Amino acid sequence: MKAQTDTPGRETTYIGAVSEAVRSILIEQDEAFVAGEDVAGAGGVFGSFRGLLDEFGDRRIVDTPISEEGIVGLGVGAAATGLRPIIDIMFMDFMGECMDEIANQMAKMRYMFGGSATLPITVLTMSGGGINMAAQHSQSLEAWICHLPGLKVVAPSTPYDTKGLIISAARDNNPVFVVMNKLSLRNRGPVPEEPYEVPIGSANVVREGTDVTVVTYSRMVGEAEKAAETLAGEEISAEVIDLRSLQPLDTESILESVRKTNRAVVVHEAVRFGGLGGEIASQIQEHAFDYLDAPVTRVGAPFSPVPFSPVLEQAYLPNAIKIASEVRELFS
Amino acid sequence: MDLSDSTLLDIHRRMVRIRTFETEAGKLAEAGKIPGALHLYVGQEAIAAGVMSQLSNQDWITSTHRGHGHLIAKGGEFGPMFAELYGRATGYCKGKGGSMHISNMDLGMLGANGIVGAGPPIAVGAAFTLKYRESDNVTVTFFGDGASNEGSFHEAANMASLYKLPLLFVCENNGYGEYTPQESHQAILDVADRASGYGMPGVVVDGMDAIAVYESVHAAIARAKSGSGPTLLECKTYRFFDHVGVRGMGLAYRTDEELAEWQKRDPIHMFEARLQELGVLSADQAKAIHEEILSAVQRGIEFAESSPMPDPATLLEDVYA
Repeated sequence: MKAQTDTPGRETTYIGAVSEAVRSILIEQDEAFVAGEDVAGAGGVFGSFRGLLDEFGDRRIVDTPISEEGIVGLGVGAAATGLRPIIDIMFMDFMGECMDEIANQMAKMRYMFGGSATLPITVLTMSGGGINMAAQHSQSLEAWICHLPGLKVVAPSTPYDTKGLIISAARDNNPVFVVMNKLSLRNRGPVPEEPYEVPIGSANVVREGTDVTVVTYSRMVGEAEKAAETLAGEEISAEVIDLRSLQPLDTESILESVRKTNRAVVVHEAVRFGGLGGEIASQIQEHAFDYLDAPVTRVGAPFSPVPFSPVLEQAYLPNAIKIASEVRELFS
Repeated sequence: MDLSDSTLLDIHRRMVRIRTFETEAGKLAEAGKIPGALHLYVGQEAIAAGVMSQLSNQDWITSTHRGHGHLIAKGGEFGPMFAELYGRATGYCKGKGGSMHISNMDLGMLGANGIVGAGPPIAVGAAFTLKYRESDNVTVTFFGDGASNEGSFHEAANMASLYKLPLLFVCENNGYGEYTPQESHQAILDVADRASGYGMPGVVVDGMDAIAVYESVHAAIARAKSGSGPTLLECKTYRFFDHVGVRGMGLAYRTDEELAEWQKRDPIHMFEARLQELGVLSADQAKAIHEEILSAVQRGIEFAESSPMPDPATLLEDVYA
């Protein structure tokens, strides 16, 4: 489904879209509050919450100790008892500090309790490399949380989708992780001023094509679009799908495209082995095998921690060149 | 403090309800009728009863893997509790949680928990809600000596004290983290000492004495409601049954003499003796209460055994709201 992004004249940054979305939810829902490290006085280390403390006060914008397990537990307990927490986990690498509260509590409480608990939690977190933050502040760990029944996971690539998906997440009655991308924070794009939703579970065809489908999300959408531009000059017409939502996954949109193009490459910044690409490739082969003219292949990071040195990091990260090269292989 | 006769009898009833339920549940587990693992609360009844006799359904608790006693004391009914242990559709969790996740949101019980130490951070959230809404209620988080070594406890203690939340940390120190004695898992004798590191009072309580528990909880609730923040109450107690299941004697990790010594201070026997002294409850009256509760437990078992199994079609229900 093509998103409505044609509000004339008004643009904001990706990070500005975060602030706008959170602000609109705080206005809309008395039960909503923000908790996390440096969210109040500092406005968030990425600026996501700038100005919110002045507007909403410290009852609703809550600085926490550096205690991720405590922060997520606060979210779980507050949500189960009737509030609608917006929890900030600054870098998704820090999920290691709070994985029990995510995996064993947040994801499972409703099911374990036979449906009697409802957990409307929004978790905002940052993923991705490219800013020389090395191995513990650059990972793309979305596969960890997509594997947990009970959680929803979205990963916006544009300011428009960021605002719309955060609003959808905060209005949803389930735990939703909004996995954002650090290198995209200053990207600008059209964003309507009023609140709007981008539906969770709905992919977006960002470029139409006929020869191959590139399935991707988050920052790799831009890289895939660049690759598609290059390939167009080589008479390869690539369709680019921005998944936007990783759990649930819009399998139908992927299959519809692959049935048309007969080829698919799945691209993500996360480590290739055990990443979502394997799941998506498998689903394509299960449901559209007869339509395929080539194996479904994957582009992802190599099986290595994210390196520090800018030279090594650039060698590590997937990009448009690597995507184009992988696509060409399908036609050789 | 002077407790009214009705309060004393209320505490007694809660303790006997727990003891009877757990004893019968243990027999059923040994007979192979209940699937999975049971962590039974026998020996620790004075704590749940002393706390819960002062809470309403609007007060929240988080529990532990040894959670049946907490739910019973919070008002849990035998029928849907046994049904949950049996994995039946009529259980409190529709058979999806079992012993380790038994819960009842309407009673303010945020679940037993299979993860040691996972409750305190959730309790911080529940207490946060109470403060956010300017409610006059409190949250109580139960945990063991073993859980007091988990980082989650320390993060929760710091946050609760920092935010002055209406929260009670009730440590049920039964002397063992699973099978490891306290002296082998922590370098302190009193978990209550940990409170000072978080700027809250820490109190050591005789966890076999329901009145002592009641009194210390009463003070901690008053402090919580006054806006002064949490208290850590360490209730010294003992597990009469094993970590899992029933078998009490003849286990390598603790001596039979140690168990026998603690059983001399059985919380229900001591409390009944006290109630007799006070002229509140005669031996005959106590016997009648035990019998009445036993038949209620038996009705609960019958309810569970005659309840339907969950329909496999419900497997994927309630993964999401």
